[in-house]
Amino acid sequence: MSETLFKIFRGERAKGELCGYSVEVTEGMVVLDAINQIQARHANDLAVRWNCKAGKCGSCSAEVNGKPRLMCMTRMDELPLDKPVIIEPMRRFPHIKDLVTDVSLNYEINQQIRPLKPKPREADGTYRMQQKDIERIQEFHKCIECFLCQNVCHVTRDQQVQEFAGPRFFIRIASLAMHPLDTLNRLKELKDVFGIGYCNITKCCTEVCPEDIAITDNAIIPLKERVAGAFYDPLALLWRSLTSVSK
Amino acid sequence: MQNSFQIENPNPSFLETSRRDFWWIEPFFTAIGLLAFVIYSTWAAFQNEHYQWESYLSPFYAPLLEYDWWPFSPAFLILWAPAGFRLTCYYYRKAYYRSLFLTPSACAVGGRPQNYRGERFLLLFQNLHRYFLYIALVFCVILSYDAYISFTFKDGLGIGVGTVIMTLNAVFLTAFTFGCNSLRHLVGGNVDCYSCVNFGHQRYQAWKFVNIFNMNHMMWAWISLFWVGFTDLYIRLVSMGIITDYRIL
Amino acid sequence: MESYEIKEHDVLVIGAGGAGLRAAIEASAQGVSVGLVCKSLLGKAHTVMAEGGMAASLGNTDPRDNWEVHFRDTIRGGKNLNNWRMVEIFCREAAERVAELEEWGALFDRTKEGLIAQRNFGGHRYPRLAHVGDRTGLELIRTLQNHGIHQGIDIYMECCIVELLKEEGRVCGAFGFWRESGQFVVFRAKSVVLATGGLGKIFRVTSNSWEGTGDGHALAYRAGAELTDMEFVQFHPTGMVWPPSVQGILVTEGVRGEGGVLKNSEGRRFMFDYIPDTFAAETSDTEEEASRWLSGDPEARRPPELLTRDVVARAIRSERLAGRGSPHGGAFLDIAGQRNAELIKRKLPSMYHQFKKLGNLDITTTPMEVGPTCHYMMGGVRVEPETTMSTVEGLFAAGEVAGGLHGANRLGGNSLTDLLVFGTRAGFHAAKYSREQSDTIEPSKQLLKKLEKLALEPFDPERTENPYGLMADLQETMELHTGIIRESDEMEKGIELLQALKIRGERLHVEGNRQYNPAWHYALDLRNMLCVAETITLAALKREESRGGHTREDFPESSDSLQKVNTFIREVNGRMIHEHREREPMPEYLKKLMNLPLKEG
Repeated sequence: MSETLFKIFRGERAKGELCGYSVEVTEGMVVLDAINQIQARHANDLAVRWNCKAGKCGSCSAEVNGKPRLMCMTRMDELPLDKPVIIEPMRRFPHIKDLVTDVSLNYEINQQIRPLKPKPREADGTYRMQQKDIERIQEFHKCIECFLCQNVCHVTRDQQVQEFAGPRFFIRIASLAMHPLDTLNRLKELKDVFGIGYCNITKCCTEVCPEDIAITDNAIIPLKERVAGAFYDPLALLWRSLTSVSK
Repeated sequence: MQNSFQIENPNPSFLETSRRDFWWIEPFFTAIGLLAFVIYSTWAAFQNEHYQWESYLSPFYAPLLEYDWWPFSPAFLILWAPAGFRLTCYYYRKAYYRSLFLTPSACAVGGRPQNYRGERFLLLFQNLHRYFLYIALVFCVILSYDAYISFTFKDGLGIGVGTVIMTLNAVFLTAFTFGCNSLRHLVGGNVDCYSCVNFGHQRYQAWKFVNIFNMNHMMWAWISLFWVGFTDLYIRLVSMGIITDYRIL
Repeated sequence: MESYEIKEHDVLVIGAGGAGLRAAIEASAQGVSVGLVCKSLLGKAHTVMAEGGMAASLGNTDPRDNWEVHFRDTIRGGKNLNNWRMVEIFCREAAERVAELEEWGALFDRTKEGLIAQRNFGGHRYPRLAHVGDRTGLELIRTLQNHGIHQGIDIYMECCIVELLKEEGRVCGAFGFWRESGQFVVFRAKSVVLATGGLGKIFRVTSNSWEGTGDGHALAYRAGAELTDMEFVQFHPTGMVWPPSVQGILVTEGVRGEGGVLKNSEGRRFMFDYIPDTFAAETSDTEEEASRWLSGDPEARRPPELLTRDVVARAIRSERLAGRGSPHGGAFLDIAGQRNAELIKRKLPSMYHQFKKLGNLDITTTPMEVGPTCHYMMGGVRVEPETTMSTVEGLFAAGEVAGGLHGANRLGGNSLTDLLVFGTRAGFHAAKYSREQSDTIEPSKQLLKKLEKLALEPFDPERTENPYGLMADLQETMELHTGIIRESDEMEKGIELLQALKIRGERLHVEGNRQYNPAWHYALDLRNMLCVAETITLAALKREESRGGHTREDFPESSDSLQKVNTFIREVNGRMIHEHREREPMPEYLKKLMNLPLKEG
């Protein structure tokens, strides 16, 4: 058992400072345990979002020593404890209080994505889908909406591009676009509304994903290839215009 | 410990970060690797000599296109194709955007201030990766043929160190090309329901096969990049007489 | 008095987990205006924690399954204490509710024929659980969420409800506050659906998140609704026990469903020693038979690890007391010896991840250490089976907060389907009820003023009690006095201690301001927690027998006379009134199902 120093960003509406708290570290402890300990012992009103504490709900996203992570899945023994542990809120989102930020933007973006429009059921009232047809999108359904990818992506974080849905929602669109039952073509809005062309494949979303979803390789790049095929491939465009004329 | 700071504006300044690990190591060495290759390959292409020895041919000059109307090194008739393939490659984009353009240099590290436009205007050519892939597939055949030729010597069939190097070069380039994201899309990634389309099972298998290489696309990118330069260097040094090719068989 | 933000709806749904979302979707489909209040962000509710699957007799994996066998299993699992009408509705409607999710985008694991695959689970005769690896709850809530946001429902995130508003004997809305600003909000509605989930947080070792504070149980109780079967708390046999910071986190029953076995420190598969007579006929009695079952032999009977949760939880506890526990006071759960690493990672990915990350342990090579953890509340608001209306006009309840369906012990996989079946019914009937009401009743100014004062009391600088300390003491008290094994003297002591805690609860003090102040939220939650803790202890004290999730050291046997009765608790003039009432007997056509000859082979 040892003591270590935490420096936590405290304040409201982006004005604040790093405050130091001493934490008693025990075996197997995660950063969220330390936060809860600080709440109970030193700072009752320290604001933080968390729910399941098992890496399944994606609520306790923060930046631990500068790295975007889930606090409940960051073990203390993987951090250097000789120096203070710095906990800051996600910087991409408007600040509310202490470690809590306003993530409502993400819910607004999700609202703009057209929901699944399935084809009709089979005659026996079921849907038939083979495992091999859904395993690709099952990976995307692992997303716990922690919004760490939305936070870290430089297109919004540094470059402040507004017309860009962000990695979480490319995952979501990919899960619809590759859905064996879906009947909508989503490529035009992907290019024009959700701004997939802004992604320059620097893969920070994949790097921070606590669910280890290969966001870039399995969702964004395949979507970019589909968009390329639909809008930028000169031969494909020529072929399509020829075949549509002959009809 | 009272260092106040503003975080209202999430726009972090250039290279600003609270990270305290050695995040700069990766972009630093990536930059060195990329620049070293660009410098060496440009220099080698300008040489216009020492690219052949016996049946060995430097991959920078393969296929050998010597025309009277082309006053420069024949390497320049070749190199735009692999250069374009690597430039538009999804892995290399990560590598150079991070290490050379610093957009951003590492995750949660402030990016370079700029008027960021993504794939607009000129950068739309990134979408032509698949055409460079078609050419790269032809190159895989050509380099494999060159590797096959490298087994022939004046005194008949044999294997020299150069043969092994050229063969590995063809293998590595093929492994890199087979992991291409555009290929992955074309062979099966564009199918939503494998059990609903013609040849669905074959396309699924092909997609699975490409996935094997795609998973380590970065590794193959670096191995093939290093090896293609090394192959040229080896043949160059042998041809210059600085080293002697050792005959294994 | 502050001015309040006022939101008006036909139906107000409190809680946005599976049941709340499903209720809101259904109510909205009926064409009424719906408000959905969630304590956290949307999609973070405790439903995401559900792992194993949702039970529905689709008969895809084993065609012998049908709603009748599901009925029999559920009643047997509930030790005959269930509300049979609820179970009947549940088993008949389950398949349709699950199938409907596919239309909204859910992707369950598939059979070879391309249908929804089903897995084995404790107490279910046939493989019955539609699942997605071991993250079925996430799939369920995300599907409902992504469907629900396009249905015209007004969603109020991070909003806590302090009290239900009731005038003229009818519920007419709710009083709450925004967590972000601390400002009060009044919801006016013609009907209210409670879908607030469970109360596991009143115990120290629990798989529940901080949200599981029994809000709905307490809100309903204080509104005058009757609670039922409050003594039946399910302790899940397999929670993590080490390291301390993860104690209680759930290890899905799917591990045993996929073949995992329980061993004691001597390496013995001890569950063979704990097979109750009721289940002896359909449980393997040799390791050889159990392993034949695992390899798919339809003649073989189920391994004893898949007995119901109450049986397994008690067995683990007995092994530990006999000195055969694991180093940190649990038992060993071993899947590595039964299945290959590739299959484990594919079928139990989040378990693999969870142990790797939090426990430093690779479950594909090493057994896990597991022990009982408070998991689920079988009891809850007493509801009308058909409509889910409580004993208070206009107040509906669905999901974990409602009681009756699961009897004395819930079968794994039945709760996710419960959310869907009764969520849908609650939404439908709340909408119907609302349409039948001519107008919304306006809550009186005095009532609102009283609630405002109550909510702000903890900011009184005279007070001293730390909410975090009180919560820890409450959890310890419940763990020790009304935990997995109960005893009369202990519980009486527990009730005394709870009275003392209640007095401390009136002196709770919070620092800081009203903006996003977790101490304040805890202080208000504690009011609910103390209330439900008392109902549980009282109900447990009065049931002098052992049955399902309720185990009495002083009454180790089940009693035939108590089998006929259910517990009811309600508030009368500020006093907690407890009552045992007889259940209506099961009609003949259902009784027959209980002795259904099962087709073998």
